[in-house]
Amino acid sequence: MSDRDDIVPPGDTAPGDTGPEHPSFVEDLQTYSIGLLLAGGLTALSFWAATSHYIYLPAIPVALAALAIAQMGVHLVFFLHLTSAPDNTNNALALAFGLLIVSLIFFGSLWIMWHLNYNMHMHM
Amino acid sequence: MSAPAIPAARYPSGQAAASEQATAHGGPAARRIVVGYGFWLFILSDIVMFSVFFATYVVLLVGTANGPTPAALFDLRNTALETALLLLSSFCCGLASMAVERRNQLWTQITLAVTGLLGMGFILLEAREFAHMAAEGATPQRSAFLSAFFTLVGCHGLHVSLGLVWLATTMAQFLAKGFRQSMRNRFYCFSLFWHALDIIWIGIFTIVYLGGTMA
Repeated sequence: MSDRDDIVPPGDTAPGDTGPEHPSFVEDLQTYSIGLLLAGGLTALSFWAATSHYIYLPAIPVALAALAIAQMGVHLVFFLHLTSAPDNTNNALALAFGLLIVSLIFFGSLWIMWHLNYNMHMHM
Repeated sequence: MSAPAIPAARYPSGQAAASEQATAHGGPAARRIVVGYGFWLFILSDIVMFSVFFATYVVLLVGTANGPTPAALFDLRNTALETALLLLSSFCCGLASMAVERRNQLWTQITLAVTGLLGMGFILLEAREFAHMAAEGATPQRSAFLSAFFTLVGCHGLHVSLGLVWLATTMAQFLAKGFRQSMRNRFYCFSLFWHALDIIWIGIFTIVYLGGTMA
């Protein structure tokens, strides 16, 4: 039984909290500042990609999607302190389920509507 | 769950107490975690609702009914400014949670006030944009594209406006009631809400504005 003493059940961390190790003032400020810089940079890249003519035109939507998803990740990690640590398992799993439903609704709708238009010969 | 009699360092209750309890006895999670997790689930369901509006917008983007097109309507400089205001507001809300965790009333009030002012600037820019569009005859009933646009962006704007009311309430309650656990739980829920609205805005400026003007 002695080895069971080594296994300390991790407490859960509430969504948005910084976790069991409380960061210092400087660490906290660093996290938010890095998040702000990364998010600002990704936003600037998105606007640049959409308005400049340096990117191969059909590739722009994919570039915009990648930049947007990256920025959402930056917000989750640096502003909402989401981690892959055990104390965040519940939060991450709930988010994963939300993402599943969002993808089903979003891509499912586009898929169905595209085929509907195609079969109805309604090329608007 | 109850707060420990003697505050442990800067973090008297909440997660510090919760992890102690979990290690010692197991049992139900602390109220801070139950409240936060419940609100997290609400936010995820809110995002699911937004995903329906996003899908509708993309499907109806071509349905302009010979009315104004996205490329003719949208001013990307205005969108960039709105994006900057909302991002800075979200950052400021993060600073506010730092102040709340450290029980600093002055900095809590200052950072929350700046968060609110930036959010208000965002709403004013959006209202001005809507007024411009309406003046050009681009109202929701003009075309399917415009119905979808005003539903999606208007719903986000409504969320931000209600968030501003919540923010003002939170500031007043911190002044009146101090940093008791129940107040901090309310604030942490607000902070989740505010960050989530900025995450949804990433989808809006990418799909609605940048995607719309390219289509």
